[in-house]
This record gives sequence, structure tokens and C-alpha cells, in this order.
Amino acid sequence: MTDATLSSAASAAPVTERKSKSLLEADSHTRRRNAAETRFRFYGIGAVLIGLFFLVALLWAILSNGLSAFTQTSIPIDLPLDKAAIESAEKSIVKTSKYNAMIGAALEKKLADAHIETSMSEKDLMKILSSGAASTVRDFVLANPDKYGTTVPFQLLASSRVDGYLKGRVTRAALANDKNLDAAHLDIVDAMMKAGIIAKTFNWNFVFGADASDSRPEQAGIGVSMLGSLYMMLVVLVLSLPIGVAASIYLEEFAPKNRWTDIIEVNIANLAAVPSIVFGILGLAAFIQFAHLPQSAPIVGGLVLTLMTLPTIIISTRAALKAVPPSIRSAALGIGASKMQSVFHHVLPLAMPGILTGTIIGLAQALGETAPLLLIGMVGFIASNYPDGVADGFFSPNSAMPAQIYEWAKRADPAFYERAWGGIIILLVVLMSMNILAILLRRKFERRW
Amino acid sequence: MTQMPGTIKAAAMTDTKISARNVQVYYGDTHAIKDVNIEIGARAVTAFIGPSGCGKSTFLRCLNRMNDTIDICRVEGSIDLDGEDIYDSRVDPVQLRAKVGMVFQKPNPFPKSIYDNIAYGPRIHGLVRKKADLDEIVASSLQKAGLWNEVKDRLDGPGTGLSGGQQQRLCIARAIAVSPEVILMDEPCSALDPIATAKVEELIDELRENFTIVIVTHSMQQAARVSQRTAFFHMGNLVEIGDTQDIFTNPVDKRTQDYITGRFG
Repeated sequence: MTDATLSSAASAAPVTERKSKSLLEADSHTRRRNAAETRFRFYGIGAVLIGLFFLVALLWAILSNGLSAFTQTSIPIDLPLDKAAIESAEKSIVKTSKYNAMIGAALEKKLADAHIETSMSEKDLMKILSSGAASTVRDFVLANPDKYGTTVPFQLLASSRVDGYLKGRVTRAALANDKNLDAAHLDIVDAMMKAGIIAKTFNWNFVFGADASDSRPEQAGIGVSMLGSLYMMLVVLVLSLPIGVAASIYLEEFAPKNRWTDIIEVNIANLAAVPSIVFGILGLAAFIQFAHLPQSAPIVGGLVLTLMTLPTIIISTRAALKAVPPSIRSAALGIGASKMQSVFHHVLPLAMPGILTGTIIGLAQALGETAPLLLIGMVGFIASNYPDGVADGFFSPNSAMPAQIYEWAKRADPAFYERAWGGIIILLVVLMSMNILAILLRRKFERRW
Repeated sequence: MTQMPGTIKAAAMTDTKISARNVQVYYGDTHAIKDVNIEIGARAVTAFIGPSGCGKSTFLRCLNRMNDTIDICRVEGSIDLDGEDIYDSRVDPVQLRAKVGMVFQKPNPFPKSIYDNIAYGPRIHGLVRKKADLDEIVASSLQKAGLWNEVKDRLDGPGTGLSGGQQQRLCIARAIAVSPEVILMDEPCSALDPIATAKVEELIDELRENFTIVIVTHSMQQAARVSQRTAFFHMGNLVEIGDTQDIFTNPVDKRTQDYITGRFG
């Protein structure tokens, strides 16, 4: 009461003073206030524009560097599979060199057919092709013994330098110091292009294939490490969703509010901020050194990422549970539902969209995580084989998408650099599909009011 | 002192459904309900009135142990329902709440269909075996709540899509679907417009035949209209309880008189 009278007395004077002014023109105080508001709006727009600029720059960089990884240069070669030649090749010690000779002869014939003249030796000529060409042919031959004596059309990969030349990455000047390819090769490639016997095609092998060694970037693909990531995500989902949701429900709905639960709550919040590499070293100590789980295996990666994802899921689930109006809980309790019935029949379904969103965000975070994988050996392992089944998928060494990208970015050959960017495109596409899935699930559950 | 009026008027009641003795409620260090003794008659409407924060809602929530859900809340004394102490350690509050239903201040239908709102209680209490029985309970509950004609064609529609007054009657229907003996209503009309309020009050009057009803209300007119007995709470004390007519025409306590004549509150 006294406060009210005091303040009205104090404001009485300026009010009468202001009354005399016209409403049609703003006074200086209002003008200043409006100016500040306008300024603030421009700051906001500026901030958004800066953000957009960086987003566009990022996308442009990724797409311009990475899209070329999705095409690959190859040369169609008809190779006669002479049985005697194959048998003698299989008897020799360095088997692929014999195959190389066979391919070289076929390539020479191909050039001759296209009327491309060259004085290069067969061995030199082979530099146009990937060094993996011989093993590609040999794998086919061993898998298809019935094809002996026939002529089989192969799409053999060109070497990474030739591929780079077609993509504009390799120039004649750059080849001066390069032992892998000479300018003379490029003349042949030019002629081959003119004759239409060399072409860039969509690179399915990059999406579904396995990684290759340092000297054969043209063969490297992200497919196997994508499988590694998939198996890890399965482990993370199967472990972190039930554990995280159960922990949140207990803490939010059942646990007494006392010192202990406060400590637990603070620690969960802190865990969410712990650098991921710490979880990596914990995983190394606990899962590999102590529990003797296999190194580099998706099961271990999944366990480590579960530890990392749990706080995220718990925090978002608790937020989703908190957002459910308490009136729903009392409504259920009021007609004699038990605590658990009220939670599982009413609160949880209403919190479901939030829980799912949190889980998928957690999974997406885990999918892009590299640091903990460094410590458990999932980086540096060359994932060159598909796992032989589900169990093998979990327990045999593999890599993961971000680890594979890191591995490629590390390697010297610029052809790998292109693949690193390409890998990032695939990673982003996977993340984006996960986010779309999150939105769809959210919609589906929300419609059930 | 507070006990006196209650015991005097108890003679006017037919039979006692709930009887509370020396009830104390503490919220942490706050003594919210001070030594309340009250007898609540069966098949009658008892209204709790009093200024905000006087403890009438708190006391109401003691009657079905809803206060158990609040960690810092502590209840002392004894409350008997049909002669059994509901605060006995052997009593499961969940079982109690099936007997003593509750309707809240704000209509709070489940975000499910109208049918599922009513059917939920009978389902969790295992009252029905067959779908037909459940349909029967849903229909009769909605009829008793006077909502059947308005919703019979859209039982699959969302309960939250009804108007405020309909929602509150839906909540009452939901409460009576589990056939409770007592229905507690915590300011059931405070969020409703006068027309919806009139409907709910009419409904309360009808329900009196089969249920014991305790209603907390801010509106003295409402207490006068719907209740047979009225209890006046003030600062955590039960000041006076008696036949509604007596309380409003001839209050014993000065505080009651001041409140009903609008001098405070």
C-alpha cells in the first residue's frame, strides 16, 4: 500500500509534464528506444546472415571437393582368359605380375585397335591402369573357373593419376616430379578419350566398397566402414535407449529428491560435457585391457559410444518427462492407477517424441565421433573385407565412417583427399536421413495426441 | 475448541462415511492443517469453504492420500473410511484411490479418446472381462455424468477436443467409472463458465444419491447451492462445520460470519 502511494506520487510530476506533448510525434526517449530496437534487429539479421554464409561456404567446399569422388575413371578391356596362361601364372611366385602381362597385352591390343600409336613398353603402359587391376582380374578368374578360354569384358580402373587428370586435379606440369605417370601417358589418355575407350562412370565402389592400401586410392570405398558404423550404432541403440530411458524415468518419477539424487544429477550433467577422448581411454582400459574384448571391433566402439551417448539421452529424456503436465499424473493417480501405471500408460507416451528426438540426436553425435575410436584402434585399421556375418560384424576389426575419413585425410596421395571429402558427403547424407527419421517418428507419435 | 461445533452437528447426520481425528499436516516446516476433526456423512455433499491458502484443498487431498505424492508432506492423526484408518501402514494408497475418486480443479482428460478416458480406470482395476461390459460401463458412466448425449457419436474422438465444461464432466465420468464410494472434487468449476458450472452443479446434486461427495469451492453460492453440510476452514483450522443452511444463516463463529458476509477472503 505505502509502496504504491509512494511510486504514484513520484511519477505524478513527469506524467503531467508529458501530457502536454502531442502523441503524433515521438519524443526523444521513444525515438532512442525505437532506434535501439531497430539496431538490435539488424544485429540479429547480421548474425543470421553470417551463419548462412558459413553454411553455404561449408556446403560449397564439401560438394566441390567431394563430388568428384563419386565418379571414377575406368577402361573397358576385353581380356581373353587363356587357360594355359592362367595356370602358369598361378604356379609362379608373384602371380599378379603374370596377370599384369596378360592385361598389358590386352591393353596394347586395345590401343592398336583404336589406332593409337605408342612406343611405350607394355610395363610402362600399365601405369595407366590401377595397380589393383591384376588382382581384380585374378579374383574374377578364381571365382569363375568356367570362364576359362573365353574373352571376358572387364571394366578396369584407371590409375589415380589418370583419374585425377580427367577430373582436372592432375596437370602435366605436376607430373614432372611424379614417378607414377609421365606426360607421355597423358597423350595416350587424351587419344583414348578421343577414341572413347576411357570414361568416367558413377563410382558405386566408393559407396559400397572397402578401403584400399595407400598405393591404390582408386579402389578405396567407404562401404565396409559404413557397415562398421552401422554395427556400432546398433550396439549404441540397443544399450543406450533402454538404459537411458530407464534411468531417466527412475530419476524423474520415482527417485526421492535428496542429496544422493542431486549428486547423481550433477554428475550426469557433467558427464555430458566430458571430452569424448576421455571415454575413449576409459573404453581402452575397461573393455579391451580389462574385459579383453577384441581391439578395433564395433562392439567395443559401440560400448564406448554408449557411455558417451547415455548422458545426452538421459538429459533429453528427463526434459521430455518434465514437460508432461503434472495434471496427467494426478489424473491417473486420482482414479487409482499405480505410480508405474501412470508413468507407463500416460507420461511415457506423451514424452515419446522428445525421447526419440533426444535419442536420435545422441546417435547422430555418436555416429560422427572420431576421438574415442582412435584409442580403441578403430582408426588405422584398413577395412578391406566385409564381415562374414552378424557376429563377425560385431567382433571382427572394422573401421567407422568418421575414422575412415580421418584415415583418408591423413594419407599422402591427393586422390585420398578427394575421398575424404566424398566420405564427408556420405556421412552428412546418413546424418540427414537420421534427422529426417527423427522428424517422421516425432510426427507419428505426436499424432496420437 | 474447533472440535466442538463438528461434534454438535454430527447428530444431524444420518451415518458417517469418513471421520477424521486430530489430523495435522506439515509441508516441511509449515504446519498446514492444525488438529482437524471432522465427520463426513454418507451420500451427501459436504462443501469445504474458506479463503485461499486455508488448507481446504490440502485436507481434501489427505482423504485419498494424494498428499503421499509430495515428498515433503507429512500427515498425522487418523482418517477413517468406514471405520478403517486409511493411513494404516497396511493400506495401499492405490487401492484407496479406487474407492475415493478425485476430480481436479482444471479438467485433465487423458490425451486419448473419450472412450479410453472412461475405460482406463475399469481396465487397470480389472473390473471387466469382456469388451461388452466395458462398453456398458463407459455408456452408463457418461450417462450418469450427463455427457452421453453430447459425445455418444464421437467416443473415438479426443477427450481434449471437448469444451471445458464437457471435459470436466468427462473427468467426473472417468472418476465414477471405477465405482468409487467417495468422490473428492477440488474446485471443479473454477475453470468453467457459469453455464458449464450450472451443469456440473446439477450433476453433483444427482450424484449425491449414490456417492459421498466432498467438494472444495471458492464460491460460497456454490457451496450453498450444492451442499448439505459445509465446513469452514481458516488458517489451517477447521473453524466450523454444520448444515449448510445453518452455516450461511446462523454461523456460530465470528470468523465464519466475517467470511460469509465478505469481510475478508
